[in-house]
Amino acid sequence: MPDLGVILKLLFMVVVVMAALLPVITWVERKQSAVMQDRIGANRADILGIRVLGLLHPLADVLKLFGKEDVVPEGANRFMHLLAPVIALVPGIITLAVVPFAGVYDFGSGPVSMVAADVDWGMLYVFAVGSIATYGTVIAGWSSNSNWGLLGSLRGSAQMISYEVTMGLSLVGLFMCFNSLKLQEIAQAQDMTFRVFGFLEAFGFVHALPRWLSFVKLPLWGILLQPLGFILFLTCIMAENKRPPFDVPEGESEIIAGYHMEYSGMRFGLFYTAEFLEIPVIGMIVATLFLGGWTIPWLSTQKIIGGLTGELGVGAATGLCLILHVLSFLLKVIVMIWLQMQIRWTLPRFRYDQVMDLCWKIMLPLSLANVFVTGIAILVVQRLLR
Amino acid sequence: MSAGAVLFYVFAGMTILASLGMVLNVRNTVASAMSLVVAMISLGAIYVLLDAYLVAAIQIMVYAGAIVVLFLFVVMLLNLRTDVFPVTRSRLPKLLGIAASGWGLFAFLKLLHGTLPAVSPAPEGFGGFRELGKALFTSYVLPFEATSFLLLAAIVGAVILAKRRID
Repeated sequence: MPDLGVILKLLFMVVVVMAALLPVITWVERKQSAVMQDRIGANRADILGIRVLGLLHPLADVLKLFGKEDVVPEGANRFMHLLAPVIALVPGIITLAVVPFAGVYDFGSGPVSMVAADVDWGMLYVFAVGSIATYGTVIAGWSSNSNWGLLGSLRGSAQMISYEVTMGLSLVGLFMCFNSLKLQEIAQAQDMTFRVFGFLEAFGFVHALPRWLSFVKLPLWGILLQPLGFILFLTCIMAENKRPPFDVPEGESEIIAGYHMEYSGMRFGLFYTAEFLEIPVIGMIVATLFLGGWTIPWLSTQKIIGGLTGELGVGAATGLCLILHVLSFLLKVIVMIWLQMQIRWTLPRFRYDQVMDLCWKIMLPLSLANVFVTGIAILVVQRLLR
Repeated sequence: MSAGAVLFYVFAGMTILASLGMVLNVRNTVASAMSLVVAMISLGAIYVLLDAYLVAAIQIMVYAGAIVVLFLFVVMLLNLRTDVFPVTRSRLPKLLGIAASGWGLFAFLKLLHGTLPAVSPAPEGFGGFRELGKALFTSYVLPFEATSFLLLAAIVGAVILAKRRID
């Protein structure tokens, strides 16, 4: 049965993403484009002359979209046309249920995991939910009774299915390293450090290097264990989001606006929201898998709680640790959002055949090779450690 | 009634309704395919209620997320209308369908007539990817590998057929 804790955790995630990050991201998008194009950017929306750096623009956007007429084109399938934006938006929101925003804490009544649905098959859930998002694109284009829309949705469905395959394969190596599909377990596994040159000792080079080198420690993050997996996964999940440079389904120079061409008012706004909502969600998943999630590098949970207990007592120390972990997680998510914005405004749109070639001819073989090499490396390491 | 039982009846009802929608929507192929998606997702939910988490995830990922999208892809590409492909009036499929569902009904009634086995709780780790993976790669490794050969043959066949048309 759902208890209050689950609802509170879910509410926290939804509020952080929908109310805090989402409006700011649309503003960041505008400012970023302005920086890249040497303009001042959004700064005109005001309430009684107060402009606050243009932060009021998201509000003006929403007011404008709500004021517009909601047009259903002639000959369109009305039910499907109205349903499509909702299908596009929902997967991004329900993915939040399995993302851990902090670790596991004991406040005196047993361990509490800071994730709404702490399921063993967390990443499978993310993949399953993500694969449903394709229908938003497909149905939107088809139901509009427009050729441009249909072309856009054909492109979109082909692109999203192709990249789903590579997205799954690019993470297999990471799952092998952490031996889990549970996002909380993957994050916890990254809450420690490893000695970078420790493997040399296993090979017998104990005294070959300066002594201080053997004490160099790095956090055990996914990006250090799976650098190729990180690049492949980030590329795939950005292609799933259909933002530039992967926005061929809506390529406005060829097919006007593609799958959402016939949408107006807040229904277009829902597609827009879905796209922007996925940016922090992608940031959260990538941060959890590859950047250590909520962990703080070089400071494990035991160290933080142990160090603070003497001054504050166990309860307050645990609470402070929780807050630090949430802040660390949000910082990593913001870094990932920044990276996505940077990529979006740096690279121009790929041609459609380039998008497909990149997926099937370059990334799929690379991800298979990554699985193979990771498997061999794990076997070698296990043999050495024995 | 427990929450699990309520959810089971909700999703079972959705599965039946969506399956009927798929069969009865002969005029609108896309609506038919979308009904199939709803049926697949509610089946996935029933798998979750049965603790078969991996099967549930794969049900949604593969069937709802990939295969039906390909159906839709083909439907939209060919732009199927009933005037191009008229609904067949052939008797044989109907007779076969009636025979198959009759047999299914018979088996179901026979099951209801007998006593059902007592339900024991699922063993530790049941339905998870670890247990299923172990079973696939130990007890069922031969069928597993045979399936992969079958799929490879299908891929090669599809590539050859597509390439012949381009050349």
